[in-house]
Amino acid sequence: MVYTLPGGGSVRALEHVALDIPEGQMVAILGPSGCGKTTLLNIVAGFLKPTSGAVVVGGRRVTGPGAERGMVFQQGALFEWMSVAENVGFGPRMAGRARREADALVAELLRRVGLGGFADTPVYRLSGGMQQRVALARCLANDPGVILMDEPLGALDALTRERMQGLVLRLWKETGKTIVLITHSVEEALFLGERLIVMAPRPGRVIRDMALPFAEMALRTEARTVKASADFVQVREEVLSMIWSMEEEIMGGAQDVT
Amino acid sequence: MSHEPGRLAIWLGLADGPLTQAKTVRFGDASAIRSGRIWSILIVVVLVGLWAIASRHGWIPAFYWPPIGATWDRLVRLATEGFRNVPLWEHVGISVFRVLSGVFFGALIGIPLGFAMGLSSVARGLFDPVVEFMRPIPPLALIPLIILWFGIGEVAKIVLLFLAALFIMTLAARAGVSGVAITKVHAAYSLGASRMQILRHVILPNALPEIFTGLRTSMGVCWSTVVAAELVAADRGLGSMIMIAKNFLQTDTVVIGIVLIGLIGYGIELLMRWTERRLVPWKTGA
Repeated sequence: MVYTLPGGGSVRALEHVALDIPEGQMVAILGPSGCGKTTLLNIVAGFLKPTSGAVVVGGRRVTGPGAERGMVFQQGALFEWMSVAENVGFGPRMAGRARREADALVAELLRRVGLGGFADTPVYRLSGGMQQRVALARCLANDPGVILMDEPLGALDALTRERMQGLVLRLWKETGKTIVLITHSVEEALFLGERLIVMAPRPGRVIRDMALPFAEMALRTEARTVKASADFVQVREEVLSMIWSMEEEIMGGAQDVT
Repeated sequence: MSHEPGRLAIWLGLADGPLTQAKTVRFGDASAIRSGRIWSILIVVVLVGLWAIASRHGWIPAFYWPPIGATWDRLVRLATEGFRNVPLWEHVGISVFRVLSGVFFGALIGIPLGFAMGLSSVARGLFDPVVEFMRPIPPLALIPLIILWFGIGEVAKIVLLFLAALFIMTLAARAGVSGVAITKVHAAYSLGASRMQILRHVILPNALPEIFTGLRTSMGVCWSTVVAAELVAADRGLGSMIMIAKNFLQTDTVVIGIVLIGLIGYGIELLMRWTERRLVPWKTGA
């Protein structure tokens, strides 16, 4: 992916990114700012057209956005003029599905994300964590094959974030969806991902692709236990130092004042 | 604090409300100062009182400012007998009707035009020079041309007000479209919505706050314009009423007309704010 700058120059935002994601996998993509992870997700979603290469989902080449690739944004993507239930039922309604069928689906999804009593609440009255629950339910209502998550928990406070990680993990296991999750948080990537992709900037590329055992582990044990386990801490430190060295490279050896 | 201040005292600004009580920094924090309504009431009472005293002692000649009693009598007569055989409510009604028609037609054409300019490059290119050129022209400057084209009848006035509202509404709708957060549009696309569905369910509601601001502005501009237009050429309407009253040196009728114009303008503004709170609660925090 090459961006042409207004000044005439160009930036290679992504180069030689080749990923094969099997159905049902939860992939976490991690990298410092500017490594092109959001660009990559936007290309998969169909919002950006790559300058070269292609995205193929389920045997079909992606040429634009579509309902088979659901998307969960960091924040601000809910429709404030609709209630919680109307937001969740948006996809089925646009597809022209029967009212009663859609209503039942919405009620079921709201129950699953823990918003059973909030169907008629306007979304702008909800807290950030609850809004992201709505966003997850809205995405699931369309039953997409792939769910793309762009820092879905990035705007939440630390405690809410941990609780929501559990919810994302549970939904993934229950639905068996393929999920591509972009995050800034190493801990979140390790905890949620079955597979971890670490990206490096300039040009944006994949520098590490590894399998992770922690998501499976977290389904059986307490989240806190998983995060405190020796394996988890070791991998976390390893990945953190990888990202730290990249950040320092970006700074170009600038003096670190703090 | 030993006792709770009453709601009336808080409303009047005589006591601190629950929100302002705990604040120690007042100067510079607009939310920490009291409402000051007691002073608003006081100033109105003092002004009316001064008017009453000045009238009683005959301090100001009636030619410049009418005595309070005679003005009241005139108001009663205007309300019952009308002005020059036209009832007062008809003068008020025709002015309001002209404004509402102008704003209605302005919005009817302006909103789709603004949407088109925000969504299509052809529409933007075609209409941008026209809109940008017409926008800074005060509607009053169009009156001579409108009179030449449409005469001085009802159509002429509504066309003038339509033009006054049209460009405001076009720009408001265009701003509303460009103000749509791209994540919302992206979200709608990945939920499978078509372009028409996105227009109807995402772009239109998202533009509502801007459209409302446009409606409020056009109401205000049209109200000033209608009065001015009636001053120039009309036999009915509040503007014409005060212009004709001037010819007969009826200062009291002129003053009544001006007060009514102010009150109605204020009333329109309040009504628009109320409707806005109902229709776009996510922006107004209702």
